Amino acid sequence: MQVVRVIPCLDVADGRVVKGVNFVDLRDAGDPVELAAVYNEQGADELVFLDIGATHEGRDTTVAMAAAVAEQVFIPFTIGGGIRSVDDARKLLRAGADKVSINSAAVARPELVTEIAEEFGSQCCVVAIDGRRSPGATDSGYEVFVAGGRTGTGQDVVGWASRVAELGAGEILLTSMDRDGTGDGFDHAMTQAVTDVVNVPVIASGGVGSVADLAGGVVKGGADAVLAATIFHFGHASVADAKTALQSAGLTVRPG
Amino acid sequence: MKPDTTNVASEPRLAVLDYGIGNLRSAQKALEYLGAEAQLTADPDVIEQADGVVLPGVGAFGASIEALHRTGLFEAAIEVAERQQPFLGICVGMQMMYEGSDESPETVGLGLLPGRVTWLSESVKRPQMQWNQLSCTDHQLVKGLDGEWVYFVHSLSPDSSDPQVMENAIATANYGGTVVAASASKTQPIYATQFHPEKSAKSGLALLANFIDSCRQEHANSEV
Repeated sequence: MQVVRVIPCLDVADGRVVKGVNFVDLRDAGDPVELAAVYNEQGADELVFLDIGATHEGRDTTVAMAAAVAEQVFIPFTIGGGIRSVDDARKLLRAGADKVSINSAAVARPELVTEIAEEFGSQCCVVAIDGRRSPGATDSGYEVFVAGGRTGTGQDVVGWASRVAELGAGEILLTSMDRDGTGDGFDHAMTQAVTDVVNVPVIASGGVGSVADLAGGVVKGGADAVLAATIFHFGHASVADAKTALQSAGLTVRPG
Repeated sequence: MKPDTTNVASEPRLAVLDYGIGNLRSAQKALEYLGAEAQLTADPDVIEQADGVVLPGVGAFGASIEALHRTGLFEAAIEVAERQQPFLGICVGMQMMYEGSDESPETVGLGLLPGRVTWLSESVKRPQMQWNQLSCTDHQLVKGLDGEWVYFVHSLSPDSSDPQVMENAIATANYGGTVVAASASKTQPIYATQFHPEKSAKSGLALLANFIDSCRQEHANSEV
């Protein structure tokens, strides 16, 4: 039985949740622990915290944040952003994160995927891939971008996905940079191109404008899990609403 | 939200075996959240004094058994069972309690539960990395968990085609066939879960609370 996971994604910097999370009943909308608890109550299956801060001091705060979340919220969570070494990963995992997600650092040095997988197990090594349509630039027509979608790498999204799976990635977080922030729904074709070639779980990301968009990532894209940020943070929809929508599309979810 | 921990002095003391790999702290934190005293340790004296022992685990079977040997915890785990201390294995911790695993066929497991660990069906994606629903017996460890959802991350599980394994199964889930989700020895206080109770929200905390109850009884007996 395949059970689709619903994963809210929170952007953090200096240990605080940023980018306008807007729940009316929160004491402190920037407190990652409080937000994690809210999403847990709504039935979130996992959480992703993306560290968008850039400083070393900020990274240490992220480690402290992971520890604080792990003390209070007992669902799996992933931390991504700025992880460049096995040591960076170790600090976060020891603090209580279940998985780490690497992106640019894996593109720069693919062996990092293997190093993290060998040290801690594939199950905690997520590789995040930011893809854009670049007709003609790559075989599949999708190109890997880094630096928040600003810099093209010339690498093929599909080729890179199958390479990181071979290197030991336990999961792929696939974001369409074309769709991210548009609310137009997932890029189903890119998602399917990746899920067709890898055996590890794939999380579809980028473009969810309403809960009705979620099922497409699974039904059309073949993804195992769906990630969204905006629709949850601004109270447009709860995780429970997301699950109802997935169930209406005939998919199995853990009830909220 | 947080349980009352004012009577912490009367709470059981648990030892969480620290063999140095992976995220072992989540199990400790969940036990503490439930009001138990839980210490990450490899110290044989601390383990012997504990009212209950937890063997958490993530990663590979072979590397984990090797780490148990390296930290002296392989022998310590055998002794925990011999002393009849309540003992809970989680995920790879569960798998290590069996005789061996097809993941590293040469490696000998703790052998505290009869049978071997085998690969999940090739018909499904491996690892199973998702929440799944439990069917439970009326065993005390899984009290209140029948029909509940818990979080799994694993590619192998105790061999559900082996009658010896199924005799000790107290909860199952369906993933390309029957998956043994939890086991309990019929003769000793040895328990194991393939899923991660420390990552399974309310349902997982309920299971850990059931385990703490077993330890509490042990604690009460030892004080008499």
